[in-house]
Amino acid sequence: MVRQVFIRPSWLVIVLIMIALLIFAFDYKPEQTPISKELQNQKEVKPSVDLSQFKNAKENEGCLKCHGQSKYTYENPEQGRQVNKRMYGELIINPDLYYTSNHRQFKCTDCHSEDYATFPHPGNLRMESKATCIDCHGGDEQYAKFHFEEIDTGFMESVHSTKHSEEFTCWMCHNAHTYKINARTNEKIRETIIYDNTICLDCHSDYRRFQLLTDKVNPNILERHDWLPNQELHFTSVRCVECHTEKKNDSTLVAHKVLPKSKAVKNCKECHSSSSALMASLYKYEAQEVRSADGFFKGVFTSKSYVIGAARNYALNLVSLLFFGGVVIGVIIHGVLRTLKK
Amino acid sequence: MSEHKLYLYPIWVRLWHMLNALLCLILIITGFSMQFSGPKVALVTFDAAVSIHNIAGIILTVNYALFFAGNLFTYNGKYYQIEFKGVWGRLLKQFNYYTFGIFRKEKAPFPITADNKFNPLQQFSYVFVMYLFVPLVFITGWALLYPKSIPTTIIGGSGLHTTDFLHILSGFIISVFMVIHVYFCTMGKTATSNFRSIVNGYHDAHD
Repeated sequence: MVRQVFIRPSWLVIVLIMIALLIFAFDYKPEQTPISKELQNQKEVKPSVDLSQFKNAKENEGCLKCHGQSKYTYENPEQGRQVNKRMYGELIINPDLYYTSNHRQFKCTDCHSEDYATFPHPGNLRMESKATCIDCHGGDEQYAKFHFEEIDTGFMESVHSTKHSEEFTCWMCHNAHTYKINARTNEKIRETIIYDNTICLDCHSDYRRFQLLTDKVNPNILERHDWLPNQELHFTSVRCVECHTEKKNDSTLVAHKVLPKSKAVKNCKECHSSSSALMASLYKYEAQEVRSADGFFKGVFTSKSYVIGAARNYALNLVSLLFFGGVVIGVIIHGVLRTLKK
Repeated sequence: MSEHKLYLYPIWVRLWHMLNALLCLILIITGFSMQFSGPKVALVTFDAAVSIHNIAGIILTVNYALFFAGNLFTYNGKYYQIEFKGVWGRLLKQFNYYTFGIFRKEKAPFPITADNKFNPLQQFSYVFVMYLFVPLVFITGWALLYPKSIPTTIIGGSGLHTTDFLHILSGFIISVFMVIHVYFCTMGKTATSNFRSIVNGYHDAHD
């Protein structure tokens, strides 16, 4: 008698679950790196900057000798000895970050008074008014592509400006000494998100900085956003400005008209739909890249981003629609023939 | 023509099947609604679709565990074991019956008996759907419920994208299966007899 061989399908399920668990276990990191830690690491990474490529590096050295570290030393002629002092935190300029920033080719006195060349610095310099972005970048054709005028108009209408008037300057969010343009050149969207969200969180999660401009209690960001499903994923996948700014047109990369909280986006479909707002902001450059690449596998599998409802693939949609339609038509024809032959 | 009834669907199979069918319908509708969410109109509002889809998916997994255990420990599991020898020949025979024989009023090549609840094509498709695509849909579904657990890259591609692609592909195949499954159920003794069987448990045999 021939032995019967049966395929037992239960094994298939067990194998599938094992594969899934293996994939999960292979990638599992017991301690996920929190965003703040990533940023700390980012700041700790010392770029191997060759200072000889910066024409003002030598001159700046005079300032950075003291302002480039957490303590400074000077000769006190009255006491006739060397004095070590701690540098006030906000006045420390990290040379590594400065020389990788957009303003790296400037000398300190391009923006600050020449009188800083003397030490002790004259007391009246504390009253020095600082230039804002538009003071240098406004009306300059070289910077026209960055739309500084539009940014300025948007900012003037934002809650930041209307609530705090001139107290709120560009430097509240952008540090002139470290600012580095990100989204236009950065292929890694996740880094852009961390970079941009840190700008907001610097004040909105730091009580001391927040209260520089208001006596209000800083709202708890996590509690305020507890309505958001997969909160952590949203926080690490999109920028605050995606929902909290008014996007008027396509020209500026980051809208600066920060809206009052009552007008923030709360409708999922603004992003999770075929006309996702994200495609015109965060994923603008990536979306163009994917559009220009014709192979659909590139679009489907290699894109780092995935947004339910917004990630579409024309070829796959068409194939599945044709297949499903074919099945339905096939069933109808079979059914009609069966009835006729009865 | 004699008529006899076979008790093929015990109560647990019927309850599991009913819940499974309902959940699959809910999951297909909400899944379709999310995937093709329009800027203005949607079948189900996005946030409601997400919640309903998640809850239905969780219940589907629990319900699947009932099916899996039931088939592991009761006689019902026998129907899902494919006999390796001659499998292609039997599948072809059944396929020929559906494409030609049925119109020539031929007899079904594999009549339903207490030992053979499914014809070869049924058995083959049920195994594929219930033991491959349904597990795939809930495994990837659970991963998407905890997206942070998904590796950033799987075989060179985006982990999230690959997981989602497998989820949607399985969902799509299950949707196609449901259309065919419902249609084939009209091929009982009468157009509605198979639907009655899955409610009362008794199969009206053709003979």
